[in-house]
Amino acid sequence: MINLIVELSKYLLVILVILYTLQCFQMFRKREEHRQNALLRKQLAVIVLFLTLSFLVMFLKSKDFRMIFFYGEMLLYVAAIEIAYRLLYQKASMLLVNNMCMLLSIGLVILCRLNMEKAERQFMIVAAGSALALAVPVMIQKMRFLKKLTWVYAAVGVVMLAAVFVLGRTTFGAKLTLFGVQPSEFIKIIFVFFMASLLWKDSSFLQVVRATAVAGMHVLILVMSRDLGSALVFFITYLVMIYVVTRKPLYFAGGMAGGAVASVIAYFLFGHVQQRVTAWKRPFSVYEQEGYQIVQSMFAIGTGSWFGMGLFQGSPESIPVADEDFVFSAICEELGGAFAICLILICMSFFLMIVNISLQIKNPFYKLIALGLGTEYAFQVFLHIGGATKLIPMTGITLPLVSYGGSSALTTIIMLAIIQGLYILREDEDEELEKIRKALEQNAQEEVGR
Amino acid sequence: MPRKKWGDNKRKNPTQSRNRPYAIVSYMFVAIFVSLIGWLVYFNLVKSEEFINSPYNTRQDTFADRVIRGSILSAEGETLAASQIAEDGSEYRYYPYANMFAHVVGYADYGKSGLESEANFHLLSSHAFFLEQMKNEFKNEKNKGDNVVTTLSVKLQTAAYNALGDRKGAVVVLEPSTGKILSMVSRSDFDPNYLKDNWDYLTTDEENSSLLNRATQGQYPPGSVFKIVTALDYLRKHGTVDGFNYTCQGEITKQEHTITDYDRTVHGQEDLRSAFAYSCNSAFAEMGVQMGGKSLREAGESLLFNKKLPLTMDYKSSVLSVDGKSGVPLMMQTSIGQGNTLVSPMHMAMVASTIANRGVLMKPYLIDRVENYNGDRVKKYMPDAYRELLPVSEASVLAELMEGVVEYGTATSLGGQGYTVAGKTGSAEYGEGEIKDSHSWFVGYSNVEDPDIAVSVIIEGGGTGSESAVPVAGAIFNAYYYQ
Repeated sequence: MINLIVELSKYLLVILVILYTLQCFQMFRKREEHRQNALLRKQLAVIVLFLTLSFLVMFLKSKDFRMIFFYGEMLLYVAAIEIAYRLLYQKASMLLVNNMCMLLSIGLVILCRLNMEKAERQFMIVAAGSALALAVPVMIQKMRFLKKLTWVYAAVGVVMLAAVFVLGRTTFGAKLTLFGVQPSEFIKIIFVFFMASLLWKDSSFLQVVRATAVAGMHVLILVMSRDLGSALVFFITYLVMIYVVTRKPLYFAGGMAGGAVASVIAYFLFGHVQQRVTAWKRPFSVYEQEGYQIVQSMFAIGTGSWFGMGLFQGSPESIPVADEDFVFSAICEELGGAFAICLILICMSFFLMIVNISLQIKNPFYKLIALGLGTEYAFQVFLHIGGATKLIPMTGITLPLVSYGGSSALTTIIMLAIIQGLYILREDEDEELEKIRKALEQNAQEEVGR
Repeated sequence: MPRKKWGDNKRKNPTQSRNRPYAIVSYMFVAIFVSLIGWLVYFNLVKSEEFINSPYNTRQDTFADRVIRGSILSAEGETLAASQIAEDGSEYRYYPYANMFAHVVGYADYGKSGLESEANFHLLSSHAFFLEQMKNEFKNEKNKGDNVVTTLSVKLQTAAYNALGDRKGAVVVLEPSTGKILSMVSRSDFDPNYLKDNWDYLTTDEENSSLLNRATQGQYPPGSVFKIVTALDYLRKHGTVDGFNYTCQGEITKQEHTITDYDRTVHGQEDLRSAFAYSCNSAFAEMGVQMGGKSLREAGESLLFNKKLPLTMDYKSSVLSVDGKSGVPLMMQTSIGQGNTLVSPMHMAMVASTIANRGVLMKPYLIDRVENYNGDRVKKYMPDAYRELLPVSEASVLAELMEGVVEYGTATSLGGQGYTVAGKTGSAEYGEGEIKDSHSWFVGYSNVEDPDIAVSVIIEGGGTGSESAVPVAGAIFNAYYYQ
């Protein structure tokens, strides 16, 4: 009987996530406010149903009462965050809030499945982080000096990364953590602020050179710390932001070519890069060592097929670090390939929405920040899923909001709060824009006058 | 609303052009996300099978709690392996043909081997009608796993198994046009029904190595069947086999190394066709020395010596170790199939099958289709060409040489039947010392105009090809055509 419920639920869960995904994309088309609100309410209902069904199944299979408590906590969290945003920020994008809740729900469900203790710890961080992040949109509105701190951002970024490199603890062959936190996650935000404040009004060649020097230092330290995934995220974000402000595709193409050359050099220089590439190309030949992880991941994805094995029906725990670097494979195995495809689509709609917000913002500094943060998000999703599915070599990076990891979750929640702040700002920024235009004109006149 | 001025439409919308890089970045990332989805779909549709069926994958074993392992059937529909319920309610595997299919069907306890390993995923998956599956869930009963229908023929397997008798050796029968494995016998063998009782003995008995599948994992010197490769090398160098002439004196000596012909038979004046048909060692040793190690190795490698074979089961690759630096004695040995060369019976069957199929090797396969327990098709496996190993012109010359062997050479006992045969015999010396034993070989195929089956036979210590292996091949051909 329980098996029957489990069996049926896995199809229902797929249907729910498909519904949610469709609603995400419908939001792009529906412009009238009342229609959007109706859609948002439906999405919320889907999230609650998803949580109810998956925790019911997990309780039936595990007979663990902590599942019931956790379910209650999750409902409370979703209710609190939805109400808080509605009360504090009437202009906030509720789709952004919904998406955050949905991705966190998927992540915490699979984490409860894999490891209850870790799930509880993660929930605490998520709840505390979300509460703190409620203040971020106000801060964005009030702290108008943010665009002047260019070199502070650069110094903080480089110094902190260097500190991790020198003092950090080594886990899985990479130096990532310092006192239990992973600074490279938070520096992702600071880095975008640096790039935006450097380039928002002046994208001359000299500025590009400055940006390149600082970005290069970030990337180099990360490569030396063997955090290849973060290094790539920084690099791509740098390229995209340069391209957008200069509008010169040549910079982008040149950067990509340089990146390709650097990758080849890194391949010949570092043993661990070669290992990753071998594990990607011929995983079975190194099954006993570095190929084990990816082979287990592929077994999980293949066994899950389209509709998955059902929660607690597969063996995702056989993939090493299933809750972090391979959470996508665990989802594929138990919730199925169809579910996983919807997850990719949700992430994509999330990204498109951020770009959309960026397009609507007129203030060039904030515009760049939204785009930079969106790029980091999208590229990290690509590295995680591409690595777990063996499309690209494994870089060992988390899936934002879904994977286990306090620093990663916290960073993403803050990122979203910043974007939320920018979204709220864009409505009453016309005034601001007028001032900037004048300033720019003055600048130009001075230029001519010289 | 102010009217728009003329020309406004022609001018680019400034906001649009300012936002163009944003649009490009979005498209780029959309392309990346779509490629992720595309790859996941492709993996699930095409690649996942390859991973799931890996013997490293132990995930399927968890299915066994909820599925009764399906049956393995022969091409005719005879049961080769099935699950039965013991008196105490536990499941066990029953093998009606006992020893006969021991290696190819394999066993499912103590680890898994053969088809029990290769088809594990299918046997433990159930495609029973979903209402029935739901009913079983309600009653808390297991679902019935899918059945795997093989390409194996009980008729040919029986004929080959009985013809080998108690002698150690192996037989492989392939269908050249499709790659279907019709029969695969390895002796000595074991009874998978009593694996538990005999396990300790079987794993320690090195004299018989009964658990080893000699057909794919046996490594034997090829002896004179290797002359197919030497002849191919000559053909490639000269474009024809017509120019070769040699006078055989029963032995040949170069650099103080002597190769003798079987029984020191003096073959006298001969061309390549008769040297091949009579399996003249002196002529082929001379030929090999003339051509040198580099080109002989290339000819061998074109027939997949030293290469991976397109097989789904465990196997050993064949070894051909000569190269441009090999000395004359080793070249003399290697060109007649001695030296350091090692092959498996399966590989030699694939060589014969390639020649029979006009140079194209079809990938050998054992699983024809998967059905649910009611016989409804779940999955069908289609023949798949590996690639053209030889151009048609070369394959037809080799075929002609092999026909001569049966018409007037060392395998004339296969002639005069209602079917035609082409092939090559071999006796491969092994061991150290003065008086050497030899393994008896035959590789070939029947119905030379439109080949039906390709056969590879080896009998350990069986003497010459003609005395032991050829009659076994004859028994298989007779069973195929007359039973």
